[in-house]
Amino acid sequence: MSKAGAPEKLIIDGKRLDGRKLDEFRKIEADVGMLKSSQGSGSFAFGDTKAVAGAFGPRTMHPRRLQNPKKTVVRCKYFMAPYSTEDRIRPGHSRRGTEISKVITEAFTNVIFVEDFPKSVVDVFIEIVQASASTRCAGINAAAIALADAGVPMRNLVSSVAVGKVDDTIVLDVGKAEDNYGQVDFAVSTVGGSDNFVHMQMDGAVTREEFSEMLTLAVKGCKEVYDKQLEALRKKYTKEGN
Amino acid sequence: MTNANFIKKLISEEKRIDGRALDKFRDVSVEKGIIKTAEGSARVKIGDTEVIAGVKLKVMAPYPDSPNEGSLMVDLELIPLANPEFESGPPREAAVEMSRVIDRGIRESKTIDTEKLCIEEGEAVWCVNIDIHTVNDAGNLLDAGALAALAALEDAKLLKYDLEGKKIIRESAGPLPVIHKPIAITIVKIGNQLILDPTLEEWKALDSRITITTMENGDICALQKGGDGFFTKEEVEKAADMALESGKALRERL
Repeated sequence: MSKAGAPEKLIIDGKRLDGRKLDEFRKIEADVGMLKSSQGSGSFAFGDTKAVAGAFGPRTMHPRRLQNPKKTVVRCKYFMAPYSTEDRIRPGHSRRGTEISKVITEAFTNVIFVEDFPKSVVDVFIEIVQASASTRCAGINAAAIALADAGVPMRNLVSSVAVGKVDDTIVLDVGKAEDNYGQVDFAVSTVGGSDNFVHMQMDGAVTREEFSEMLTLAVKGCKEVYDKQLEALRKKYTKEGN
Repeated sequence: MTNANFIKKLISEEKRIDGRALDKFRDVSVEKGIIKTAEGSARVKIGDTEVIAGVKLKVMAPYPDSPNEGSLMVDLELIPLANPEFESGPPREAAVEMSRVIDRGIRESKTIDTEKLCIEEGEAVWCVNIDIHTVNDAGNLLDAGALAALAALEDAKLLKYDLEGKKIIRESAGPLPVIHKPIAITIVKIGNQLILDPTLEEWKALDSRITITTMENGDICALQKGGDGFFTKEEVEKAADMALESGKALRERL
């Protein structure tokens, strides 16, 4: 990598720069229902990457011309706060944000019972509060919790993780230095801990064998995320001792 | 029955409206050097789908973290003459997504040797703009657009630059440093079948799609899933093999 400021190595003696093992997550934190004005809310953090999400619906879609007579329209919006990165991000829409919002919308359309609520809309707003790589994944995980907290009828949660290739080695939960100076970033989302992918975006070159290895690690990682999401939801929705 | 349901029924019987096998492309043609005003250009046809890509160069200050490297910008426009459903105005999410998928295929494969685009370190570098315009949408614009972008790059020449007078001299300074051949292949899932090179009717009936860009050495350099459906891990593995195989065939058309 020719980028200025790149560390010589990202993996030393089998450990990553922040001390993690290759298949180890950063600290995961998940919370449910902390925003009182949202119908449902959730937060999710991979270490220093922190996302919050609010969900609303199904509610009547206005204006009417945007209604689908057969289905609920799902709208997810992904935003990064201007102060979430070292260089301030210009507020408002970006091409990157537009693309990420689109693929996240498609992922959640897969799990929401859209045909049960025609002419309505489900809105999900994702805000990246602090960014340190894998922001879309944290955002998706927070959004899934928010949708569940809002009581939006859906068949399961969506869980997301980024796997990567750094120093020719496959790693789980891509961190900031690994995102900046590594070789590959591969964000994936699966449904309810299964191997059904509803979202996949990969940048960077891998061999065919490495690709299979990354898919396997991604499924395993999403399953772990799914367990954390369930744990947070159970904590809020089951009485103590149950 | 709707058109989409008819397509789905056909595909489930491993049939297509134009009689092709599920993994067969329509006829592909690539013509380079069709636009005199562009530094490089190409027209790609896949069946009745037609796109034109043009390369233009401009000089800019390099990004601070890469003072000796030029840059790349890809923009795909869904021109209303290509499809009655396309509207004029600022690019919508479909066009933004396609642009970014094609951009990443070229960028992540390091197809352009960006250090050779440096004019004066820290001062001036070339920025390569690739604009892809859809002329006729008969399905599979993404694969056609990515192929046209690569063909236009291969056709493109560098220009001379007068650093003192800060002026581009419109004379060739040799070919653009294009060192790889990434090919994007979109695999469309309809029901439980995976198909290649969808027609417009098939595109409208898709459950999900995955665009996988592969390189001449067999590496995968970019990937994007779209659509409301899902892919199992096994399907993704199969799609990767399909992308590698048909990518190889398409690469020979350049």
